[in-house]
Amino acid sequence: MPKFMSRNDLLLFAGFSLVVLTMPIWLAPFGAGYPDLLQRFMIFGIFAVGFNILFGLTGYLSFGHAAFFGVGSYAAVWSFKLLTLDAIPAMIFAVVISGLFALVIGFLCLRRSGIYFSILTLAFAQMSYNLAYSVLTPITNGETGLQLTLSDPRVIDAAVGQGFVGQPVPNILGQQLSGYAGFYFCAGFLILAFFIAQRIAGSPFGMMLKAIKSNQTRMQFTGFNTRPYALSAFVISGMYAGLAGALLAVTDPLAGAERMQWTASGEVVLMTILGGVGTLVGPVIGAWIIKYFENILSALNDNILARFWSFLPEGVADVLVKVTSKFVGDGWHLTLGLAFVIVVIFLPGGIMEGVRRVAGLFRRSGSSGAKTAPQTQPAE
Amino acid sequence: MANPNVVLHVADVHKRFGGLHALSDIDLQIEEGKTHAIIGPNGAGKSTLLNVIIGKLAPSSGQVVFDGNVLTGKKPYQINQLGIARVFQTPEIFADLSVLHNVMIPALAKRDGMFTLNMMRSLESETGIRAKAEHMLEDVGMLNRRDMLAGSLSRGDKRRMELAMCLIQHPRLLLLDEPTAGMSRHDTNTTIELLKKIKARGMTKVIIEHDMHVVFSLADKISVLAQGRIIADGTPDQVRGNPKVQEAYLGGAH
Ligand SMILES: Nc1ncnc2c1ncn2[C@@H]1O[C@H](COP(=O)(O)OP(=O)(O)OP(=O)(O)O)[C@@H](O)[C@H]1O
Ligand SMILES: [Mg+2]
Repeated sequence: MPKFMSRNDLLLFAGFSLVVLTMPIWLAPFGAGYPDLLQRFMIFGIFAVGFNILFGLTGYLSFGHAAFFGVGSYAAVWSFKLLTLDAIPAMIFAVVISGLFALVIGFLCLRRSGIYFSILTLAFAQMSYNLAYSVLTPITNGETGLQLTLSDPRVIDAAVGQGFVGQPVPNILGQQLSGYAGFYFCAGFLILAFFIAQRIAGSPFGMMLKAIKSNQTRMQFTGFNTRPYALSAFVISGMYAGLAGALLAVTDPLAGAERMQWTASGEVVLMTILGGVGTLVGPVIGAWIIKYFENILSALNDNILARFWSFLPEGVADVLVKVTSKFVGDGWHLTLGLAFVIVVIFLPGGIMEGVRRVAGLFRRSGSSGAKTAPQTQPAE
Repeated sequence: MANPNVVLHVADVHKRFGGLHALSDIDLQIEEGKTHAIIGPNGAGKSTLLNVIIGKLAPSSGQVVFDGNVLTGKKPYQINQLGIARVFQTPEIFADLSVLHNVMIPALAKRDGMFTLNMMRSLESETGIRAKAEHMLEDVGMLNRRDMLAGSLSRGDKRRMELAMCLIQHPRLLLLDEPTAGMSRHDTNTTIELLKKIKARGMTKVIIEHDMHVVFSLADKISVLAQGRIIADGTPDQVRGNPKVQEAYLGGAH
């Protein structure tokens, strides 16, 4: 292969990896430098990167991707219960199962496009949620959620004579995944997930996906059968979701049906749009921002707000506490909705468009002749 | 088929849209290597005929045969893979992609077929396809625009690029729906020269055109369509002298 990766792609990949691996350091001043939250950053970053392959590249908006996330979690927990507490088999198992599940759902939903496709995915995901919640209780343990117990068979662990004392926890080759070990484990997968997405976007296959988004009719009259392309994108993004779900089960081995609910499906759509649809890093940044503010805002309560506004006269402070309390705690979704509306109105390309605009300003002030430069494709 | 040189045979095709007879009794034989023009007033059914050929529309009755293959019932991508490409009346292009990528995509369809999962190869390593696309863009005089977004091109340039997208596939049959509409006189003449050049390479063409200058400088045969029927057909001279044509079509213009 003459050129494996262009210089720009390599730089982007190296930069991304560096930013991810040093997160515990540079996020510490923001109060986010602890493993539990960082792991969620990684997990939802993977979810969003995969979702973008379907939505951002191919132009199919799925409202049901939480179903694959949930299936990944269940599959991983079952692997812990039946086979071994080692994380690697659980993740492979989860990715395969969610990929197969996505193959079936995608095959059915891709018979339609546009809004009908979106509604079909939503319907299938809600069906999966309801099945997990009630009918499939023997597999999902219904409302309680699927948990590890001391009496699980774990045939592989038993065969190699590995016994545990106390609560069973997932590990990797006997190494526990608590604290920063868990973060670096997840970070490795995010970097791998990003790398694969980058390769896909820069391949002929990726160009076909973008072409399908741009003009599906032309693709068909150009000799492409677009259905298997879209289905491949669907399955790949389903596998990404399954991987993310499995990682969540690795760091916290409990799988519940609420992970498959439509709000969870909607969240990944918001992440992708907030960060920048169709860009590589945008969706990851969107995921980080949403998870960060969820963490900060949902922890606030009236007492903290009262202290925050206490510098104001009492009457004013009371009103402000009343008003702002609606936007924090359980009401943080209100803030999210508001932020989302503002971004979509003023920056339809998401945060990445904002970054491009700022970079453009700098470039223009740098060279005065840049105004006459020919219009080129936006950088990805 | 009596004539062994016929590559495309539109046999007794009818197309109805509700009560509207858009095509009635169409029987058309296109010979290999020839340029066949279809002319007729607005709404005559010319575009509909091309839609039936490329599988965008199913005929109400009749069938289309291309080089021994019955096209009727086949999917558009299968029909393209058999060697038929089309320039549309309103350009069908990838507006969000660069001009170069617009032309590389059809070349990849020709090389790799209707589906390949080549996602671990880099686009950068497709040097052969890229060179071919650049060469093609040079032929249509658009190499200097290769990094532009296709959607930002002028109407005439979109058409020229769409023509390049078709030509790069070296189709056996090229269908052109008003390929010079929206072009300047200069660009129209360049396009005529280009179409003459590919005719010399033996490509069969069906061309719909309102511009009689284009029609008479390219066509070997002309069929005149009015209200969904072929009212005349023959060499340019025969058609020009036909009183029925004068009345139905040319009469208004001359
Ligand atoms: N998909 C469709 N559904 C219903 N009616 C249609 C459809 N496509 C075309 N028609 C009608 O069929 C008739 C023929 O249309 P067609 O586009 O083939 O004309 P044309 O000869 O290409 O005209 P023009 O020179 O304006 O391009 C018109 O009356 C048109 O309104
Ligand atoms: Mg027409």
